[in-house]
Amino acid sequence: MDKRVANLAEAVADIPDGAVLMIGGFGGSGAPIELIHALIDRFLATGSPKDLTVINNNAGNGHVGIAALIEQGMVARMICSFPRSADPRVFTELYLAGKIELELVPQGTLAERIRAGGAGIPAFYTPTSFGTDLAKGKPVAEFEGRPYVQERWLKADFALIKAELGDSYGNLTYRMAARNFNPLMAMAAHRTIAQVSQAVPAGGIDPEAVITPGIFVQGIVEVANPQQEEILNRADAAYPEV
Amino acid sequence: MSEKLSNAQIAWRAAQDIEDGAYVNLGIGFPEMVAKFQPPGREAVFHTENGVLGFGQAPAPGTEDWDLINAGKKAITLKPGAAFFHHADSFAMVRGGHLDVAILGAYQVAQNGDLANWSTGPKGVPAVGGAMDLVHGAKRVAVITDHVTKDGKPKLLESCTLPLTGVGCVTRIYTSLAVIDVADGHFVLREKLPSISLKDLQALTGATLHLDGPVADLIVPEI
Repeated sequence: MDKRVANLAEAVADIPDGAVLMIGGFGGSGAPIELIHALIDRFLATGSPKDLTVINNNAGNGHVGIAALIEQGMVARMICSFPRSADPRVFTELYLAGKIELELVPQGTLAERIRAGGAGIPAFYTPTSFGTDLAKGKPVAEFEGRPYVQERWLKADFALIKAELGDSYGNLTYRMAARNFNPLMAMAAHRTIAQVSQAVPAGGIDPEAVITPGIFVQGIVEVANPQQEEILNRADAAYPEV
Repeated sequence: MSEKLSNAQIAWRAAQDIEDGAYVNLGIGFPEMVAKFQPPGREAVFHTENGVLGFGQAPAPGTEDWDLINAGKKAITLKPGAAFFHHADSFAMVRGGHLDVAILGAYQVAQNGDLANWSTGPKGVPAVGGAMDLVHGAKRVAVITDHVTKDGKPKLLESCTLPLTGVGCVTRIYTSLAVIDVADGHFVLREKLPSISLKDLQALTGATLHLDGPVADLIVPEI
């Protein structure tokens, strides 16, 4: 078994039009910038994939990563908790023009819906959002005297995530707070592609240190010294470069 | 009526109620200031939604590591004993009742503990983040806020007029004028600035302030 993929272009080659795509990261930490940019390269060359539904905590910052994906018109719908950032212009303009849909989900509910998707649990109850606008139309039930809102699982066709070490079996570790949504999304997608800062052979990761077991990962691609959204944005970077 | 506490002073007062060993989440923005005023000899462990327990102050400019940030996406540092975890575990700490205190900002608080702090109405792009999760599960959900809005209208009300973040969730409010508990569906005044009369404080409050024992003087150092 060897889940290593030769390059970024090959890693994103199978993502079709209309796919539901989970993209890891919280702001720039844990965001798979190079995988996202490879997807943009494919779109610019072939016109595909488009009409994507993207699930991420945010909706892009500046003109790189998810913001660049949105800017190319590849995204029809965002599912996120906080579509604001230091520079949210790209999403904001399209949203206010009615050109992109938004499903707003409380952050903890978003995480739990993704975990539920990965764990095969179609719905669960949470106190979060009870009595608020975001609970409208959702079933409510009482447990031990308190009201809870029913939320449904989230699943995806593909997850693009970022990890630190990845071995040929797809076992992954993460770096500091770059873990965030990445391990959950790995579980919830039909096919998970991880960009890793260092690919290692089987045995290269201590089993005690594995955070995402390889059963949740279908492909890994090495990107040494990955770019960081915060640093790109401070340099006013855009993708593709003008 | 001119005298009121600064934001730093409100944060100082809220910090005095955090016990040694407490696990605490501070909302983005103004509530983050509470961490600076921990009383000597007490140590709280701070939680951030994006998967860190036990973070410390901001790093020196130029030494930021952007894989090490808080929920406000600001760079942080770690204290000895810190831990990383994924987002579902992070919100299990919240929803599962493991946090001792959450301290949040507010647009409005109602006398039954309803909180509005995420949306000022239907215009623009809606964004909720972790606000609706944080109000459920912490043993104490405290609010720090100016007593009134910028144009002088009460923020403490019989019922909220802005979209709710959570129902019946706030337990204590630290304002620029007073410390007020939410108990049995009403506001109970615990402390007020010595310079304001009860009558004037009531006039700036949109619901009845109840008394339950003596009202202490709200005394805060110059900061």
